[in-house]
Amino acid sequence: MSADSSKDDVLTIAGRDFSSRLIIGTGKYADYAENAAAAEAAGAEIVTVAVRRVNLSDPSAPMLIDYIDPKKYTFLPNTAGCFTGEDAVRTLRLAREAGGWSLVKLEVLGDEKTLYPNMPETLRSAELLVKEGFDVMVYCSDDPIMAKQLEDIGCCAIMPLAAPIGSGLGVQNPINIRMIIEQSKVPVLVDAGVGTASDAAIAMELGCDGVLMNTAIAEAKNPVLMAQAMRHAVIAGRQAYLAGRMAKRLYADPSSPLGGLI
Amino acid sequence: MNVQINGEMREFEAPMSILQLLQAMSLPSQKIAVELNLEIVPKSAYHSQMVAAGDRIEIVHFIGGG
Repeated sequence: MSADSSKDDVLTIAGRDFSSRLIIGTGKYADYAENAAAAEAAGAEIVTVAVRRVNLSDPSAPMLIDYIDPKKYTFLPNTAGCFTGEDAVRTLRLAREAGGWSLVKLEVLGDEKTLYPNMPETLRSAELLVKEGFDVMVYCSDDPIMAKQLEDIGCCAIMPLAAPIGSGLGVQNPINIRMIIEQSKVPVLVDAGVGTASDAAIAMELGCDGVLMNTAIAEAKNPVLMAQAMRHAVIAGRQAYLAGRMAKRLYADPSSPLGGLI
Repeated sequence: MNVQINGEMREFEAPMSILQLLQAMSLPSQKIAVELNLEIVPKSAYHSQMVAAGDRIEIVHFIGGG
C-alpha cells in the first residue's frame, strides 16, 4: 500500500462515493453562518438536518438551505425527536418531498433522559423505510446482534453510539464497536458521544468507516477551529487504521541498534 | 373557509390551491414540503390540489439538527 493510497480511499454509502469520512450535524450552532463555516472547516460532504414546521408568523426568517447549499452538501434528513416508527416514516416522507433525497438517518429514541435508541421500534421503522425505497443509515445501540439485524433488514449504514447523544464522553465500549465493524458488510459509523479530536481518532483507529458528530463541534468554544481539528483527527485515525499499528509489548525495545556499540 | 396549518387555524377565501396558499403566506414552494390530511402533496400537484374547509395542512422545511 503506497503512502498516498488514502487519496483513493473512498467511503461508499448506498452507491454514493464520499472522500470525507466526517459527517456533521447542523444543530446547536449560534447561527447558520457559523454552521456553514464549520461545515467548510470540517471538510464534510454530508450534513444531517432535521425536519420541522415552518415559522408561519415570520416566513422571512433565515432558512438553513440559504446558508448550507444542498448542491454542495448531501443533506441527510434525520428523524430526531421521533419516538415511534410511524412518526419516523412520516417525517422522512416529508423530507424526501422537500429535497428529493432517499438517503436518510433513522433515529427512534426510547427515553428523553438518555436519548438511547428504542431498538425494537428502530428495527420496525427500518423495515418500513427500506420497503419504501429509502437508503437508511441507522442510529443504534452498540449491540452487535441488533446491528446485524439492522443490516439484514437492508440498512445501508450502521451507526452505533459511542456514548449518549451530546455527552462528549468518547468511545465507551470499543469492544462492541469493534465487533460490529468486524461483522458488518455495510459501513459502520460512530454516531453520537464524541467529545474531542482524540475520541474521533479512536473511533477511526478501531476501523470505523466514519464518524458523525454535532455537539462536539457546535459546543466547542471555537466551533470552526474544532471542526478543523475533527477533520484532521478523522483522517489521522483512518490512516493509522490503514497503516496497521505496531504490536504492543510489555517491555522496552530499543530504537537504536545495539550492534556496533563502543 | 377555515384551514388548520401547522396546528394554527387560518382563514382563507375559497377556492384556493396549495400553490395559492403558499403564495398568500409568502412561503417559498421550492424550500418546503406539504402534507394535506396526512398525505404528501407532490410539488407537481401544488397548482392543481385544492384546499377545502377543515383541511389539516403541515408545511415543513429543513432546520439544523444532529
